[in-house]
Amino acid sequence: MMVLVVVGLYTDKLEPLREKLAQLVTPFYQITNVPTRVNDWRKDTFVSQADLKTENDALKTELLIHQRKLQQLASLAAENVRLRQLLNASQMLQDTVLIAELIGVSPNPLSHKVIINRGTKDGAFKGQPVLDAFGLMGQVTEVSENSSTVLLISDSTHAIPVQVNRNGVRAIAEGTGDLNSLSLRHVSANTDIRAGDLLVSSGMGDRFPVGYPVAEVLQVVRDPGKAFLTVIAKPMARLDRSRHLLLVFENRDRASVPGALNIPATTSASSISSSSSSSSSQGGAQ
Amino acid sequence: MPSQSLNLYLIIALSVFVALVLSVYPLPMDMRWWRPEFVLVVAIYWMFFMPLTVSFFFLCALGLFQDLLEGVPFGQHSLGLVIVGYICILSYQRVRNFSIWRQSAWIFVLVGIAQLTDNWVQGMAGRPLSGIQFLYPALTSALLWPPCSLWLDRLTHRHHH
Repeated sequence: MMVLVVVGLYTDKLEPLREKLAQLVTPFYQITNVPTRVNDWRKDTFVSQADLKTENDALKTELLIHQRKLQQLASLAAENVRLRQLLNASQMLQDTVLIAELIGVSPNPLSHKVIINRGTKDGAFKGQPVLDAFGLMGQVTEVSENSSTVLLISDSTHAIPVQVNRNGVRAIAEGTGDLNSLSLRHVSANTDIRAGDLLVSSGMGDRFPVGYPVAEVLQVVRDPGKAFLTVIAKPMARLDRSRHLLLVFENRDRASVPGALNIPATTSASSISSSSSSSSSQGGAQ
Repeated sequence: MPSQSLNLYLIIALSVFVALVLSVYPLPMDMRWWRPEFVLVVAIYWMFFMPLTVSFFFLCALGLFQDLLEGVPFGQHSLGLVIVGYICILSYQRVRNFSIWRQSAWIFVLVGIAQLTDNWVQGMAGRPLSGIQFLYPALTSALLWPPCSLWLDRLTHRHHH
């Protein structure tokens, strides 16, 4: 038994077995999800017309507001494309997403993991970034045929490269094991960072796409006795409340990684032509 | 006679299944510390009252399945189950004569031992160790013992008579 523990922990020999057997446990999470589904069904079925009308009106108003914002966005997106062409940078492509539903939460209080209802059947893969409506939630760590496990950014074994949205200062945000706080690692004492700053994913390490909100800085402590700042940030995603998650499939190729800003002129010229051709196909999406 | 033992196996399987489902039933993050070790409590019940029916192989397999289910390192729960199972085999004759509250106290100790091994494996996996919180499940498991054992008693005695 001890041998098994050690082999499992320090080698990856048991991983294939675990992935195969993971299918066996999906039904358990589906069973525990039944009360939620019944409750959803009840809410959908036994609802008065008046409530539906109110909700409908509210949604219509909200749609109107979003449509107004979208009108501005279209012109801004066009302007962004023109500016990026001026900068010889290729255009950022839109990521496609797949909606997943949360079906379980890891029972282990020391780890922050959730189980979702998408697996290899839907194209989910190990290392895939996961969002909710408010920000980055985490990444897929185990995949079986029709469910997968997501490690949340607040888990104490998780770290994510971020940058401050205001000035582009880069850092690593580590989970602390507390749902409501991340801590920034190795931020030197003269760094321009303050409470209220938005941290977005920086795209370093090619794991997470660039520019999704990760956390908001809550508190910056400058302790002269310590080599680095203590920076505490609060995750933007509602890690313990969101039930509908988005799995991100990145559509960008290597040339559109932000590092590509420095590529030689000949290659960037070709990337402009490719981006302008793709912009026509992207026109519908924008 | 064969139908009776078949019934017994069915009850064991059913109780273990219910315990496994309860062990992953979603709870709010802060409440998860208080979740009783359902699988362990049910396994201890069967070790105490059917020590010849429940084998160590079964305990190992059950523990491995629980590891898989909860997504923890392989061997964590089976280690705890086997150690506790051994103590149960040594002590079941005395424990059967205890009053239910003394049994509860004994369950607290047994689950506490299993939590220690759990914590040890989690520590090796690089998780930060918790404080006294790791004993909360032992406490709730001890509180779960009276209703759980009475309920399982009723289920099995119904088939004995």
